[in-house]
Amino acid sequence: MLELKNVTKYYNPGTVNELCLFEHFNLVIPDQQFVSVVGSNGSGKTSMLNMICGSIDTDEGQILVHGQDIGKKKDFERHRKIGRVFQDPAKGTCPSMTILENMSIADNKGKGCGLKRGKNKHKLEEYQEMLRSLNLGLEDKMETKVGSLSGGQRQTLALLMAVMTPIEFLILDEHTAALDPKTAELVMELTGKIVEQKKVTTIMVTHNLRYAVEYGDRLLMMHQGNTVMDCQGEEKRQLKVEDILQTFNEISIECGN
Amino acid sequence: MALILSVLEQGLIYGVMALGVYITYKILDFPDLTVDGSFPMGAAIAAVMITDEVSPFLTLAASFLAGTAAGILTGIIHVKLKVRDLLSGIIMMTALYTVNLRITGKANVPLYNKATIFENNWTERFLKGALEPFGTLLVIAVIVVLLKYLLDWYLSTRSGYLLRAVGDNDTLVTSMGVDRGIIKIIGLAIANGLVALSGCLFAQQQRFFDISMGTGTVVIGLASVIIGTSLLKKAALLRVTSSVVIGSVLYKACVALALRYMKVINLQSKDLKLVTSLLFLLILIAAQERKKKVKNNA
Repeated sequence: MLELKNVTKYYNPGTVNELCLFEHFNLVIPDQQFVSVVGSNGSGKTSMLNMICGSIDTDEGQILVHGQDIGKKKDFERHRKIGRVFQDPAKGTCPSMTILENMSIADNKGKGCGLKRGKNKHKLEEYQEMLRSLNLGLEDKMETKVGSLSGGQRQTLALLMAVMTPIEFLILDEHTAALDPKTAELVMELTGKIVEQKKVTTIMVTHNLRYAVEYGDRLLMMHQGNTVMDCQGEEKRQLKVEDILQTFNEISIECGN
Repeated sequence: MALILSVLEQGLIYGVMALGVYITYKILDFPDLTVDGSFPMGAAIAAVMITDEVSPFLTLAASFLAGTAAGILTGIIHVKLKVRDLLSGIIMMTALYTVNLRITGKANVPLYNKATIFENNWTERFLKGALEPFGTLLVIAVIVVLLKYLLDWYLSTRSGYLLRAVGDNDTLVTSMGVDRGIIKIIGLAIANGLVALSGCLFAQQQRFFDISMGTGTVVIGLASVIIGTSLLKKAALLRVTSSVVIGSVLYKACVALALRYMKVINLQSKDLKLVTSLLFLLILIAAQERKKKVKNNA
């Protein structure tokens, strides 16, 4: 269970540009829930993910995982149990290393960084099998540098790498936003499959309302550091894009975009 | 002949330094100026130990460890104290100047008639007769090849993979649950260890230590790395580490030729640093030209 308790976050404190993004923000996400988060720009979606992952600090409040406060833990310590995919496909892979090397790094996560061989050659076939299911032809490019792959191929690889080792949370930060519609669809389908298979607690931020409605078992709409809509269960299953579009338009007009 | 021999000897010795610069500049993407201090530090340690007639083989280990310590300090200044990469190197480089003077006690130490790694009981026994003029070169070659393979091996380990990843995309290293700061410090440590080791070899080959011998080390290192990685890119059979060492030899050859044939315009050995930097500029421009060509053809 992931819990945000009374979280407060200021940007540029003490200056004229001071901005209070979150004020006593609360959120509880039970285990194995798949939450889609939508919201206008600057509503705090990405900030929320960054606070959970430790990329930015909270000013007040607690972030609890299974009741334990992780607020003092460094970002890399928290990532041991978190798989994360970013909007920018370049952030999830190493461009100057090959697909095999990248997958080996991901597979060795949490297994120590000692002087054992870095490349898992014996797992080559296993990796190729994983890639074959994507139908992107990546399985024949194991020795190709990831930097020469397309954004979509890289993002799919990044997603696979994020979930290669057992993790408790999957954090998806607009991970389809930089892709063309067709690839985005593919990555989204893969995401759905992985979450279902691995039963991992997932938070997905997206600007695509349809994805938010189609995927996940809970939908959050955020606006200026608050949740303006939170539905799950049967209510979520009945939800249609048109239903949330109106609320979304209201908050967007308020913001002037 | 003597010229070729000295180019090979010095080129290979500087090749060890270039391997270190390759780690910081190419792998870590960290412009590390510490090398201007850690290179003469290795030389200073060699000078003191050899004057005290300690086994020359121990000088190698001692200077490597001292260089490692310097690298770790640069790393801590950058990672923990959050000073910018270039500035952390400059701070350490300046501090090491005094450290080096303290190690030797004076600015200049000659090392004549002492046992060095190139001239000791062992080399006298095995490298004699026709081999003798090549003795120094052979010893250097063995050390360089050994170090190159050691570095190749390290870069293929899990730890080495993370080192390569941190310069490429440090977000990924964090995502893997590893402290990217520590990885950077490890990289800087190994790099400066190699640089100091190179300084140690250089002092023993030149048979003297001079406090100013480190000036411009980073330029030589960068030039070698850039020759190695961009001009020798076509040679796909070569590993990058080999290319960097060859790059260093090529660079030394260029400097030697420049000094030899530019006597016409009254260029002397005191103009070495000017030639060094001009050559570096030329190499940078040549590397850019190549990049453009690749882009146009792509």
